[in-house]
Amino acid sequence: MNTGKNKGFFSKIPNAVWMVISVVTAFVLWTVIASTEAGGVVFAEPWEVGQQFVKALSNGSLWQHTSISLFRVLAGFGIGFVISIPVAFLMGWYAPFRNLVSPWIQFVRNIPPLAYIPLIIVGAGVGEQAKVIVIFIASFLVLVVTIYQGVLSVDVTLIKAAKVLGASDRDLFFKVVIPASTPYILTGARLGLSASLTTLVAAELTGASRGLGMMIQKASGYYDMSTVLMGILVIGVIGILFEKIVRFLERRLTGWQETISQ
Amino acid sequence: MAGNNLPVKVKIDNVVKKYSGRNGEMVALNGVSLDIHENEFVCVVGPSGCGKSTLLNIIAGLHEPTSGQVLVDGQAVSGPGPDRGVVFQQYALFPWLTVQKNVEFGLKLQGMAQDKAEQEAKKYIKMVDLEQFAQSYPKELSGGMKQRVAIARAYAINPKVLLMDEPFGALDAQTRTQLQTELLNTWEKEQKTCFFITHDVEEAIILAQRVIIMSARPGRIKEVVEISIPYPRTQETKMTKEFLDLKNHIWSQVYQEYLAIRK
Ligand SMILES: Nc1ncnc2c1ncn2[C@@H]1O[C@H](COP(=O)(O)OP(=O)(O)OP(=O)(O)O)[C@@H](O)[C@H]1O
Ligand SMILES: [Mg+2]
Repeated sequence: MNTGKNKGFFSKIPNAVWMVISVVTAFVLWTVIASTEAGGVVFAEPWEVGQQFVKALSNGSLWQHTSISLFRVLAGFGIGFVISIPVAFLMGWYAPFRNLVSPWIQFVRNIPPLAYIPLIIVGAGVGEQAKVIVIFIASFLVLVVTIYQGVLSVDVTLIKAAKVLGASDRDLFFKVVIPASTPYILTGARLGLSASLTTLVAAELTGASRGLGMMIQKASGYYDMSTVLMGILVIGVIGILFEKIVRFLERRLTGWQETISQ
Repeated sequence: MAGNNLPVKVKIDNVVKKYSGRNGEMVALNGVSLDIHENEFVCVVGPSGCGKSTLLNIIAGLHEPTSGQVLVDGQAVSGPGPDRGVVFQQYALFPWLTVQKNVEFGLKLQGMAQDKAEQEAKKYIKMVDLEQFAQSYPKELSGGMKQRVAIARAYAINPKVLLMDEPFGALDAQTRTQLQTELLNTWEKEQKTCFFITHDVEEAIILAQRVIIMSARPGRIKEVVEISIPYPRTQETKMTKEFLDLKNHIWSQVYQEYLAIRK
């Protein structure tokens, strides 16, 4: 199926050009769908969304929504990140702790955030705290599960090698286990950031006056589909930016890894 | 009988090691006793799976014996320590550190200042001929080069006891001979006590004052062979009748054990 000629042609296209092709195709599809009768109900035309974007940008409202949402995502993710590392390591190293905690994690992991939001509102009110908590829970769970895999994967002979060179438990943690699980920590960060964004809209259901999720919800009440689409696009772009940042860190921090394609 | 009259450095006292696995209990070492004296060079040979690495791990303090004990300088071993340097069979280099940083690792843990550690590490990297690769990561090295880094890292912390698990296994004949000579020099000059595992009978005879032959599973000491050929031992030593007789003897003893496993 994959004839040599085809492969040669497509493999000559650089990644940046692929990116352009991909984006342009998406816009074309969008325009086509929006121009049909059924599609037009759901999808605003690209130029309408563009107009909305310029307006929201120039009156500052878009930045207000985006900045507060970014704050919530980064705060929730940040706390999740800092707490998940020691928890994952304790799980990996102390069986009693693992046996105690891991059923809880498995249990909460399958519950959609929307379901426990009422509890959080009752407990933490409708302020910033509640939103950060929802995002924290979502990213923490993903992080802890991924980093725990990393801890399990640390090569025992490396631990032994460090011990015979005089490493204390503290040295083992900071100089062996952390660097050895960096690839997993970064994968965890990628999944955790994405979980944070996915939960954002739910988190802002706890009642917010600002935020991208809230902006989308409010606009949908008025059938203002161009604002809804604009919100979706902004969240998507933030997601891609996060991804790029993690990629960059991976290149910087885990270049030592042996990979298959070299 | 010992290779010298110095005090006992490492006393292996009736060590038994059992592993419990899926197929029930497995006896890896079945009552091993051996006194290794200060500045003695001991080589251990035996068929694969007879418990050589297990014994080394117990001396290093990385595994606990099921019964019996190991004493170093009369003190029961309760964990690893920088008085016993180890070269592992699987190299065990830290893949996220360069060659230079791998060798510095132990020195820094001993509290040595950065510039001093850097100098020391360079010295040992030079000894194993890897100066051009000091800034490379382990993934960029061949098996033999990795092994040399592991050797440099173990030597660098200057342990009194060197525990080496087939350290020259992945090397070409020339590098191997060079490192054997290097090791014998270090051993003599710095009065080290060496416990050296190898599959290569010639290597055992060239290096050791005593060769320990281990029996097939469960591992026991089958025979201790004194090698009284004087040092320095060279390529010519390998042609002497004494050497060839020893080689034949040890080889056939190990071969018997090998057959015992096959049965
Ligand atoms: N952690 C472990 N758990 C269970 N069994 C083990 C473990 N480590 C080693 N063994 C078993 O103990 C026996 C001795 O292993 P060991 O690694 O000491 O052999 P060895 O003499 O070093 O062999 P080789 O020459 O192949 O390196 C083997 O049968 C092995 O299967
Ligand atoms: Mg072994």
